[in-house]
Amino acid sequence: MTDLTLDAVTYRYPHGGALALDGIHLRIPAGQRVALVGQNGSGKTTLVRHLNGLLRPTSGRVLHDGDDVAGRTVAQLARSVGLAFQDPDRQIFAASVRSEVEFGPRNLGMRGGALRAAVDGALAGVGLEAEAGTNPYDLGASRRKLLALASVQAMGTPVLVLDEPTTGQDMRGVEIVRRVIEAAHAAGRTVIAISHDMEFVAGAFDRVVVLRAGKVILDRTPASVFGEAAWDALRSTYLEPPLSAVIGSKLGLGGTPTDGALLAALAPGSPG
Amino acid sequence: MLTFELVTYRYAGASQPSLRDVSLELREGEVLGLVGASEAGKTTLCLVASGLAPRTAGGTLTGRVLLDGEDTAPLAMHELAGRIGIAFASPATQLSGVAATVYEEVAFGPMNLGVPRRELIARTDEALAALQIEPLADRDPAQLSGGQQQLVAIAGLLALRPAHLVLDEPTAQLDPAGTEMVAAALAGLAANGASILVAEQKTDLLAGICSRIVALDGGRAVLDGLAAEILADPRLADLGVAPPAAVRLRRAAADADLPPAALARLEGALAG
Repeated sequence: MTDLTLDAVTYRYPHGGALALDGIHLRIPAGQRVALVGQNGSGKTTLVRHLNGLLRPTSGRVLHDGDDVAGRTVAQLARSVGLAFQDPDRQIFAASVRSEVEFGPRNLGMRGGALRAAVDGALAGVGLEAEAGTNPYDLGASRRKLLALASVQAMGTPVLVLDEPTTGQDMRGVEIVRRVIEAAHAAGRTVIAISHDMEFVAGAFDRVVVLRAGKVILDRTPASVFGEAAWDALRSTYLEPPLSAVIGSKLGLGGTPTDGALLAALAPGSPG
Repeated sequence: MLTFELVTYRYAGASQPSLRDVSLELREGEVLGLVGASEAGKTTLCLVASGLAPRTAGGTLTGRVLLDGEDTAPLAMHELAGRIGIAFASPATQLSGVAATVYEEVAFGPMNLGVPRRELIARTDEALAALQIEPLADRDPAQLSGGQQQLVAIAGLLALRPAHLVLDEPTAQLDPAGTEMVAAALAGLAANGASILVAEQKTDLLAGICSRIVALDGGRAVLDGLAAEILADPRLADLGVAPPAAVRLRRAAADADLPPAALARLEGALAG
């Protein structure tokens, strides 16, 4: 279990680059499912790269279980935080699907039956169990993305960070990602995901953190973030609530961030 | 106008064709949406339409691909480049990598086609404005977020002003605002007579800009019709394509056995 804290984290890209994070305070207790949303360039990817040390704050601190991680290497932090990149091709390097997924857990010291079980479980979780011997580059782009997800999932880290996991996925792929998140959550792991898909966010996460220009502007439950009172703030970073939330609000049904919540509120006997 | 006549295409070394007997017609001023599950053949169709397959991708093609009624088989890639433009899901494959600023990147394509200086500036300014990325003009493309890079790549394509455009999941990395901007830019180009083929998972986007939609399954064009009809077709979900939010919500409501009064309330809110 790992509690994550960003304490007044500011990050400026080197050589006079842009201010990407501007005084972020964020505490993510172990076991939460947190979605990070915001327009392109709002700092989402920069933020998650601080969690495993790929980037270090220009000022402020990143804490794991209350301890400043400034002195720890990326390799050490990889035991706590597994990060699946937005572009799987920046991550994939092995000659077979199985060896790709093995790499991470093997580096964490897993061997033998435990390693095999972790790899088999991760491959089955994304529907790639029949492709263990395939070269990753013979898979289509969307299945390569699922492979990258499996590779991180197999490490069994207490924290799983997914950068736009549903991008480029079809309906089945989105469902697979949703199930991977559910399974990780059921196992007590923290899941943090960046997404532009508000319907996916509303359905799969407990907490939604909205970033704008490197600052947190909203940090609430999906029902609250997608509720009418928050729409102005949401739209200030060019996000739209899911259709079910808009319809629920129009009908005076309160917060209905998902189709399921809306239909339940419409059913006879429910308040409103 | 772009026409496919019984096009079958197989990648070099592949045991099965990726496109089978595909016939379709993309008319002047039309936006044609292409949908299908992952690996149904959408990207391959885009590569064939643009001429990149088989010219640079290799493989074997039977049937005919026609541009404005002219068989493209004898044409070399450079002869096609000014007439048909292609954008991919990943900006990394698209940006030149040699431009120091976004402005130079967008101007790169038309400059290489020998467009005179005055017109070059006009085209570049117009493309930046169409996607509202003028504030990025002096930035280094390499330091932008993935979504911002994608907008730059699409602006570069707009600056070429090709009569035919092929876009393979152009908004995969974009936030909702960027997605809207791309949709508006495409609609504007089509209104000026461009023929646009766009493969997308985001059927809500297609619902807004397409007049017709073709669905692929296993390399075959299995549905081809008016956008509104295809997007409401229950067979779409069977093909692994997520329907637009409103279609999905109506279907979920029908499955939930809501009483007629609740259904009428929902329908009223969706219509209003």
